[in-house]
Amino acid sequence: MRFSNVMATGGEWLRGEGPHHQIVISSRVRLARNLRQRAFPGWAKKAERTQILELIKPRVEELPEMQDSFSELLQDLSALEKQVLVERHLISREHAAKSVGSAVIMNRRQTLSIMVNEEDHLRMQSIRSGLQLKSAFKLVDKVDSTLEAKLDFAYDARLGYLTACPTNVGTGMRASAMLHLPGLVLSEMINQVIQAVNKIGLAVRGLYGEGTEAMGNLFQISNQTTLGEKEDEIINRLSKVIETIIEKEHDARQMLIQKKSNTLWDQIGRAYGVLTFAHAMTSKEALNLLSIIKLGVDLGAFPEDRRLPIDELFIDTQPAHLQKSSQQKLNAEERDHLRAQIIRERLRVFPKPDISKVARESENGSTPEPQNNE
Amino acid sequence: MLCDVCKCNDATVFLTQILEGKMQKVNLCDACSKEKGVQDPTGFALADLLLGIGAAEEIEKGAPSQKCPVCGFTQADFKKTGRLGCSVCYVTFAEGLGGLLKAMHKGTEHVGKLPQRAHREIELGDRMRALTDDLEKAVAAENYESAAALRDQIKQLEHEKAI
Repeated sequence: MRFSNVMATGGEWLRGEGPHHQIVISSRVRLARNLRQRAFPGWAKKAERTQILELIKPRVEELPEMQDSFSELLQDLSALEKQVLVERHLISREHAAKSVGSAVIMNRRQTLSIMVNEEDHLRMQSIRSGLQLKSAFKLVDKVDSTLEAKLDFAYDARLGYLTACPTNVGTGMRASAMLHLPGLVLSEMINQVIQAVNKIGLAVRGLYGEGTEAMGNLFQISNQTTLGEKEDEIINRLSKVIETIIEKEHDARQMLIQKKSNTLWDQIGRAYGVLTFAHAMTSKEALNLLSIIKLGVDLGAFPEDRRLPIDELFIDTQPAHLQKSSQQKLNAEERDHLRAQIIRERLRVFPKPDISKVARESENGSTPEPQNNE
Repeated sequence: MLCDVCKCNDATVFLTQILEGKMQKVNLCDACSKEKGVQDPTGFALADLLLGIGAAEEIEKGAPSQKCPVCGFTQADFKKTGRLGCSVCYVTFAEGLGGLLKAMHKGTEHVGKLPQRAHREIELGDRMRALTDDLEKAVAAENYESAAALRDQIKQLEHEKAI
């Protein structure tokens, strides 16, 4: 499979059809594995890294899950192509910085991506739409079981799988979900939720993981620890917490409709106005405004069939996607101009927000208590 | 009071962290606290620092800095990168890592998935330990007949392990 195919086929999780997909954008589970008695990628010299890559890559390519896969050495990908993969969460930012001695292999549906010689020899990741941590784990676990028969993975009976960073030792597993939480942000309850989640040993991060800013009201929640707990225990604990956050987000949205409706309609109206008429827009502003429109679709202020074009804009307005689709390298100013243009074009057929639809919906009993909307 | 890291300047920064009910204290001088990033409480874990101090003490004792026999990684490299050199480093630096892992994780022992072949190895290891214990007891009790039988079983098991 070629890169142009990757670009053209959006990837299954981008279509957003999984359970709780209005709030949970995607679920990801990754496993870290290393070969026994071999220097980890960060410490290995170029020659050893290449040797390790040559050991691992064919074994990954022959997996039944990797029929018709996209498999590339990192040095053969352009900076822009790497960035596209980062924006789709198919490789990490760290991996995008790698060159000789590293590779990425992923399946056609873009639900499974395997990085060779990232921080560990193998980083295997499964990504699904909506809240599907269990099925994401099942896929990556199966791949791991197939590979362990062919590759000599490093482990210790007491410490489990041995990883380059001690924070991953044990299961080597990081399970995470990307949540869209505009209700909790607008009602100023998000910090409380983040603090509560941190207290029970889970991490909350921005859009692209560690050390990144929360944009577009998107938050990643993941397990912090990997030693002393079984994989399914970690996943169950995380799933339960995410279900609670989904409830809180619903509550916050209802609260906004009932008590702060003026602020809410103002936000949606402004987002619609700016997106429809602006001629320059940064990716941060675009994400923040698209988030509000997405909330509008969730609440019924825009028709349901407008959901997909908005979801697509989330990814298509990211810097590398923008440049890759226009087939030219653009400076920041040109990008902001093109971004605004694409958004204006796609929103041309977009109806104005219709608040009356929202009120009717909540009276129909989508919330347990009767409403007193005027 | 002297700084725990450089051991020459007076300590001016006093840190206390309670981990699993155990209190840990570190005293640092101004320069060392800046170097360790203590000024920024978000990016700082006491455990990282403690491991570093362990390394500093070792160097002071005159022991040449420990090196991993497989990959040549040293404790100083770990302080620099926060990553280990290879899987064998977990054995080489087991002592220093113990406290760090305890501070980082929910438990100290892995309870999740292991490769299939690991289960066989662990089972053989358990049987071997039991037989060795029995052998020692038999020898102590001067029960040479059962000791001889146990020794044969151990030999058999070693042969199995080698396969």
